[in-house]
Amino acid sequence: MSLDPAYLDYPKRRAGMDHDLYTPSSMPSRKPIAWPGAKAVAVTLLVNLEWFPITPEDAPFPAPGHMVTPYPDYRHYTAREYGTRVGFYRLLDAFAKASVRTTIAVNSAIAERYPSIIADIRAEGHEIIAHSTDMNGTIATGISEADERALIVQARDTLAEALGEAPRGWQSIARSQSWNTPRLLVEEGFDYMCDWVNDDLPYLATTEAGTIVSIPFNHELSDRQMIAVQQHSMESAAQQIGDAFDWLVAEAGRFGGRVLPFTITPYITGLPYRMAAFEQLLDRLAGSKHCWFAGAGELVDSWRSQSG
Amino acid sequence: MREGEKDPGLYDFRPWRDRAKIEWPDGKSVAVWVSPNLEYYEIDPPANPQRKSWPKPHPDIVPYGHRDYANRIGHWRMAEVMEKHGFKGSVSLSVALCQHHPDVVAHANGLDWEFFSHGIYNTRYSYGMDEAQERAIIEDSIRTVRDATGQTIKGWLAPALTHTPRTLDLIAEYGMSYTCDLYHDDQPGPVHVKQGRLISMPYSIEVNDHYGFFVYNMSPREYADTLIRQYERLAAEGERSGTVMCIPLHSYLIGQPHRIGPFEEVLKHIAADGRAWITRSGDIADHFLANDYYDQAAADAARYAEPQA
Repeated sequence: MSLDPAYLDYPKRRAGMDHDLYTPSSMPSRKPIAWPGAKAVAVTLLVNLEWFPITPEDAPFPAPGHMVTPYPDYRHYTAREYGTRVGFYRLLDAFAKASVRTTIAVNSAIAERYPSIIADIRAEGHEIIAHSTDMNGTIATGISEADERALIVQARDTLAEALGEAPRGWQSIARSQSWNTPRLLVEEGFDYMCDWVNDDLPYLATTEAGTIVSIPFNHELSDRQMIAVQQHSMESAAQQIGDAFDWLVAEAGRFGGRVLPFTITPYITGLPYRMAAFEQLLDRLAGSKHCWFAGAGELVDSWRSQSG
Repeated sequence: MREGEKDPGLYDFRPWRDRAKIEWPDGKSVAVWVSPNLEYYEIDPPANPQRKSWPKPHPDIVPYGHRDYANRIGHWRMAEVMEKHGFKGSVSLSVALCQHHPDVVAHANGLDWEFFSHGIYNTRYSYGMDEAQERAIIEDSIRTVRDATGQTIKGWLAPALTHTPRTLDLIAEYGMSYTCDLYHDDQPGPVHVKQGRLISMPYSIEVNDHYGFFVYNMSPREYADTLIRQYERLAAEGERSGTVMCIPLHSYLIGQPHRIGPFEEVLKHIAADGRAWITRSGDIADHFLANDYYDQAAADAARYAEPQA
């Protein structure tokens, strides 16, 4: 049995990408960016602050970290709650101690359930972006455009009520988008999205409804990937981020300002035995004259003022 | 191959300890080649009945974007480090990259890197192809690389390592001299094909960066240590045999900022050691074929040809 002859047709074999969301851009071809204060590396720490219903939904796909055992999965429900009640406050304290500004991507259920957390985040100067409704709010091709829009709008409006203004940024659960997501984010007023992992620097994505900035938050540079998936220690993860920082500082001398993202999960990093290594990493970065801890919105504003 | 048989009959048995020595140029003990996979993965490829391209419904933007990182960032970082330490690439090329990102291909060609084919896209698999379809992708590969680089490909690494029973016969018929698809040895050796002379070029699954990071879950520094240990062993054994070490890379992995620094230490180590012939796959194949090693390997195998009752 042979393959369908169409398997050897390549309708998108052309110069550029095989889609229209963005255009190619090679690192050496770009105009160098200068960050505020001539810092070499913008370190963008992002925390995923999430609420997992004990009644998981598998459509369109089960969120990473969601329930595992038959109902009722006390083990995972409470371990995730541990991250929110305890681990997240360890992170906030560590950020305050090192004078670090971060971005917190929150499920809107957090704002509904725990408004005091939102107040604490704001009081300590971190930026809040939207991160769907709760951990049943996953997006992938297969959910209807109306359902996806409703999910985006509910997350935005719930946070807008808590914050007094709409969040500018969005990150999908597991960074998973449908074909419609970038356009829907534009239509619903978002300024930037944090789902694509194809670059180190922000770039402009174009949809039928207009443009949106894509800020790459490399999934490889995350406690989930390094610790939960690859089973490395926090000490190793911290060393890897430190190595990346050193490399990017050197590279910035020739290519302009660099970005080093690190995505943090409260129920992973915020455990007692991991915090010391994490705090040492923050101290190391904060102690460098080359480091600019940038919130996602600050990064976009600086980048946009120098681009196109 | 002998289709359907328990032993596919790809090559003859030769034990590691009873072989004619391969002399590499300048008395080097190990031929080291670095193989960047320069690839294009489609965001919405057609389905192959025997293999799925992406875990999630299209667009599966994390794995797709991860691979796109190579052409925007990773390649440039990786290539610069290789050039700095004197390593030319032997490129496993998704030939459609010549259309999508001609700047990447021209850059590699300008650095005097060699190209062999890794299929049209790494999201188009050979499983289920009939002979005419398989000939079409081989002819497309030869033509596309020649048009883009002026080079005539000498080798093949099946797209996403998907083979058919006739692949090796066909690439030999089209005049290619080596396949990177067989992992049975640390030296090149003859492969049985219907016509022509085809050799197996030691590539590597085990020290491939993809395996290092996602099968063995190594940290960047652990992977670098692994490559150095692999090199030290092959350089030492090669004093009496002549070995090959391949470092297969994907710049969306090795070109990440947390990995490239430790990897540079590997290249520094090998370049400074003095025992390595730092070269390209096609040069290894040419040397092997031009110096009678094909016949010597066949003679070594002949001593073991009779079933040992």
